Amino acid sequence: MSVIDTIAWFVYLLSAVLFVFGLHEMNSPKTARRGNRVSAVGMIIAVVMAFISLFAKGFVSSTAVIVLVIGIVLGAVAGIVSAKRVKMTDMPQLVSIFNTVGGGAAALVALNDILTSKVAPTTTVLVTAGLGVIIGSVTFSGSLIAAGKLQGIVPGKPMVLPAQIVWNNIAILGAIVSFVLLIVDHSHTGLWAVLTTVFALCYGLLFVFPIGGADMPVVISVLNACTGTAVAMSGLAIGNVALIVAGALVGAAGVTLSVLMAQAMNRPLLSVLAGGFGGGNAAAGAGDEGPEGTMKETTADDVAVQLVYAQKVIFVPGFGLAQAQAQRTLADLGELLKNHGVEISYAIHPVAGRMPGHMNVLLAEANVPYEELIDLDDINPQFSSANVALVVGANDVTNPAARRPGTAVSGMPILDVDHAQNVVVIKRGRGKGYAGIDNELYYEDNTQMLFGDAKVELEAIIASVKELIN
Amino acid sequence: MNPLVVSITLFVLALMIGVEVIGKVPATLHTPLMSGANSIHGIVIVGVVLVAAESDSVLGYIFIFCAAVLGTMNVVGGYVVTDRMLEMFKSSKPAASKDSKTKGEGAAK
Repeated sequence: MSVIDTIAWFVYLLSAVLFVFGLHEMNSPKTARRGNRVSAVGMIIAVVMAFISLFAKGFVSSTAVIVLVIGIVLGAVAGIVSAKRVKMTDMPQLVSIFNTVGGGAAALVALNDILTSKVAPTTTVLVTAGLGVIIGSVTFSGSLIAAGKLQGIVPGKPMVLPAQIVWNNIAILGAIVSFVLLIVDHSHTGLWAVLTTVFALCYGLLFVFPIGGADMPVVISVLNACTGTAVAMSGLAIGNVALIVAGALVGAAGVTLSVLMAQAMNRPLLSVLAGGFGGGNAAAGAGDEGPEGTMKETTADDVAVQLVYAQKVIFVPGFGLAQAQAQRTLADLGELLKNHGVEISYAIHPVAGRMPGHMNVLLAEANVPYEELIDLDDINPQFSSANVALVVGANDVTNPAARRPGTAVSGMPILDVDHAQNVVVIKRGRGKGYAGIDNELYYEDNTQMLFGDAKVELEAIIASVKELIN
Repeated sequence: MNPLVVSITLFVLALMIGVEVIGKVPATLHTPLMSGANSIHGIVIVGVVLVAAESDSVLGYIFIFCAAVLGTMNVVGGYVVTDRMLEMFKSSKPAASKDSKTKGEGAAK
């Protein structure tokens, strides 16, 4: 190892340490921002070191360096512009897009290693780079479709081809066979590398199209893990410690989050990834025995009276709140009631929103202090002491049917909203939730329904609360 | 020892550290965590810089250009958007929020 290589190794190790430290700091909202910056410093150090080695050890062609620098500048501008412009509700799409480009970059580095090296690539390089190509390509096409589904460009419904399994198997077998031939047959390396890429890209499409839009958070998380692994594979191919460690960290993060998400939805991870859920398939069996009773409708004025005279109110926000752009309105109502002496907390279900923790970000944007956002396990015992639970745009996660077996939501962890003294549900229409079944909560004796747009209704409630207080 | 063996060891150990560290992150921060982890895999840009040293064909230039654009977009966009999100997380206790703010500014310098 030359001197510069040794220095570089330790600098990359330093940046890997900074990544671990940065992620560690994410364990509290107080230190998280610093953690992210520490991690960014690690990244800058690694990139600067890469450039130092580039110039210290020399390069074959200056055109390559010019092209590289132009690419970096363009990429940085594109990254900053998209990061600054994105709305918080659209965050899952952006993460998915960044995942797409990251996977693409990892695949390109690995492909470049195979296709343009002047000496015949060693078996080690072929295996690791080949894996990098496969995983990177699956992530690239898969994340692109996931982003499209979240954005609504690609229909969110599960799209299953006729004989989907056959197509899946063709893509998987094709990728495996061309990967093996890539390693074995040294006379047609280029051909096999390209075929591996094409089959892997097709598999990415086949993988994500059949999965319903509401399962996209899990898909993004899994694909995030894939990108991490692809980067680590590229790292193994070029023997770089920073790529290996960073890739492994991201892989671990992705897997951990996917498992947590799948648990919160009470579905095995593999069943989510098998797809087909959430397009009415589940509704067919569950529709025959709807809950008995009638829904009671209420008015904004009546809700305001209940809220003002309550001691403890729990808000239960769902993604419907964000779709109605009513986060700030809900936060205003919370602030108003808090100043009047009512105890306010927000119950956050793990799958509220479109990615893990998404609702927390949306409410943080509306200036709700994070101490008031309470997790499922901590808030559930509190419902029985709450005078009012106000459900806005959440459905399946409040359905008491989940407590008994035999329904589409059975076993799913739910918020015990029905334990509150009074329940008010603000809902756009009488439609069913994502699971395709009626919500029994709506037929309970202590539940009142307020049908309408969340923002309009919340504004009406605020107006009459103000009248009552003054 | 074979460098690949060392590399695989590193990979496995880093994986375990990852699981350990990520498991301690509260659900509140899962979205910024995912987007932060997402920007970390933009480290692939280091790989792009290193392979650029050996590239002298048109095909190689195309690969490097595309990989550089995609990788940098991943890294820069990821960190900027994570910072934007974390900036919004505020405490109801004024002292605590002020504390975290000054710390944040200190780290930025």
